[in-house]
Amino acid sequence: MKAETVRNQDVSESSAKPDGEMKPEDRSVSQIGRGDGHVHSGVYALYRKEMADHLHSGRFLIVLALIILTSYASLYGAVSNLSDAVASDSDFIFLKLFTLSGSTIPSFTTFIALLGPFVGLTLGFDAINSERSEGTLNRLVSQPIYRDAVINGKFLAGATIILVMVVSMGLFIGAVGILKTGIPPTAEEVGRAAVFLLFTAVYICFWLSLSILFSVLCRHAATSAMLGIGLWIFFALFMNLVASIAAGALYPIDDMATVGRVLDNYECQTMINRLSPYYLYSEAVSTIMDPSVRTTNLVLPQQLSGAITGYLSLGQSVLLVWPHLTGLLALTAVMFAGSYIGFMRREVRSR
Amino acid sequence: MDVTERSPGAGKAEVEIETAVQKPIIHTEGLTKKYGAKVAVADLNLDIYPGEIFGLLGPNGAGKTTTTLMLLGLSEPTSGKAWIDGKDCTREPIAVKRVVGYLPDNVGFYGDMTGRENLRFTGRLNGLPDPLIEKRIDELLEKVGMTEAADQKTGTYSRGMRQRLGVADVLMKDPKVVIMDEPTLGIDPEGMRELMELIRRLAAEDGRTILISSHQLYQIQQICDRVGLFVEGQLVACGKIDELARSMRREGESVLETAAFPDDAGFAELLRSLGNVDSVERTGDFYVVRSRYDVKRELLRRSLEAGYTLSLVRQRENDLDEIYRRYFEEAGEEHEGGDGKKSRRFGIFGKTGR
Repeated sequence: MKAETVRNQDVSESSAKPDGEMKPEDRSVSQIGRGDGHVHSGVYALYRKEMADHLHSGRFLIVLALIILTSYASLYGAVSNLSDAVASDSDFIFLKLFTLSGSTIPSFTTFIALLGPFVGLTLGFDAINSERSEGTLNRLVSQPIYRDAVINGKFLAGATIILVMVVSMGLFIGAVGILKTGIPPTAEEVGRAAVFLLFTAVYICFWLSLSILFSVLCRHAATSAMLGIGLWIFFALFMNLVASIAAGALYPIDDMATVGRVLDNYECQTMINRLSPYYLYSEAVSTIMDPSVRTTNLVLPQQLSGAITGYLSLGQSVLLVWPHLTGLLALTAVMFAGSYIGFMRREVRSR
Repeated sequence: MDVTERSPGAGKAEVEIETAVQKPIIHTEGLTKKYGAKVAVADLNLDIYPGEIFGLLGPNGAGKTTTTLMLLGLSEPTSGKAWIDGKDCTREPIAVKRVVGYLPDNVGFYGDMTGRENLRFTGRLNGLPDPLIEKRIDELLEKVGMTEAADQKTGTYSRGMRQRLGVADVLMKDPKVVIMDEPTLGIDPEGMRELMELIRRLAAEDGRTILISSHQLYQIQQICDRVGLFVEGQLVACGKIDELARSMRREGESVLETAAFPDDAGFAELLRSLGNVDSVERTGDFYVVRSRYDVKRELLRRSLEAGYTLSLVRQRENDLDEIYRRYFEEAGEEHEGGDGKKSRRFGIFGKTGR
């Protein structure tokens, strides 16, 4: 902090020197006005502007409406099936609000795994290239801010929006669920729901950083949106297919397949699937939200013999999905680094 | 600062001027930018002095914008260096951007924010305190004549309004140097006049240094103290307009534009019969007479005798257009060799591709 103030003084002194023709009152203004720009003011100014943009944009309202509708629909499905589910297993009723699917309506967690990417992509797909096509980017980068402030500001604003959205979504479901069922959640259930929301936020932030990367790389917003949507659909629908084909090619299972081969095949398939953030998220969330899940990998009956049936504690569940969280964060960081490099090296010309 | 130790770069075609004793605020040494095999800017040595309005002229693609980008540190030079106000443009871009305002070609604003909000955002990016921002916004809006439209969304602005808001935006940080890229493009004559007046005031009243890049000669001619002519990435001439004209005037050649009423074949005959005339060409509404000596006197007398009323007599020399054309002819001849027709076809703005 000290070094910064010293440097600022330096700049304002040197800037005040050569203005011989300036009137005295102008000079004082110019001394304040020039060169006291902190490095962080750029990020903060951008963050404020982006937040305002998001909150005022129709796009955000559409996304919000979509999320609320799906939350409501999945909650409706869960509540309508709740009494049957409770009859068979009466523990963790609060968590069932998130994971139970209705007869035709998927569960909330499934909905979020599918629609989360949409939220992230919507918030970021035109972050940089719209600035370019509007002709504001070269004005922006000619201000005394570091260039990464542009990306940081945009990412932080998007991440804040995502966090707010996810948390309010969770509170909404929880509130309606409590009103509907009349059963207050235990501390562990609240903890699990919080971890779930955190996972969701990280998952959506991954898609935000991916869409920002595309917006840096592609000249047109439409191209980056297409790329993002393409990847989204690929991960959600086709990754599973690709994984099974690849596993089938590497460890073919025919009539004479050994148990070892079958296990290899399955493991290979899971590993390939785990490259997909969609799968990572789904797996992690189903582990967190269901305390009876004891492992994310294949377990043989021999390994289970002698195990006492019971629930995992929250800490153990979190330990189980720690690699998933790390993986998601790492993917986000890679995308972020990609957009940094792409943006730093980009020569900014007029539109 | 460290500029003082350095001897000012001696440009090839640089015309020495009185201000040379001053310390240049913009200084480049051998600034070069290559895109693959194409040289966008070649070995640029330029000095611009405080309070000056400098015009960077050249056809499209001559390297003007690339030069301004390198000065702002937005583009990295292949070789060579540039300093603004003693700060290295490549190494200390933030310090440079603090004192340099840049008005890009075809400036854009956030369409769903008002003019005032756009300016406020720029002020915040510069880290100015809020009261100062508000004060300055009001002053600048007044200055560029945009006070009434300030609370409209910029999406509704016309091009001229955007340009004026752009000037206000540039001035938000109170820059010592203002760089404008094609500021006059696509603005109507009245808007142009106002803009030129504004630019002149920026230099004269506020003592800012202004660098304008443009291919529109007439406007630049009106306000620039000095100009630099760019062709194919090279600065072929640099200096005051009349000095350039003097240095360009070819020994023993005079070019006269003339027209008369009635405009018939007899007048062309008359022009050809003047003493020492080399050629007579008809260009549009007037004739261009090339001669070895000044033929104005003789022309006046003869046309009066023959019953013609002269409607135009103009000596071509002090005109930037003519200087420009001659330099481009020379540069074009050097560059082309074989196919000489390409650059001629589009007149002076023809870009010679290799």
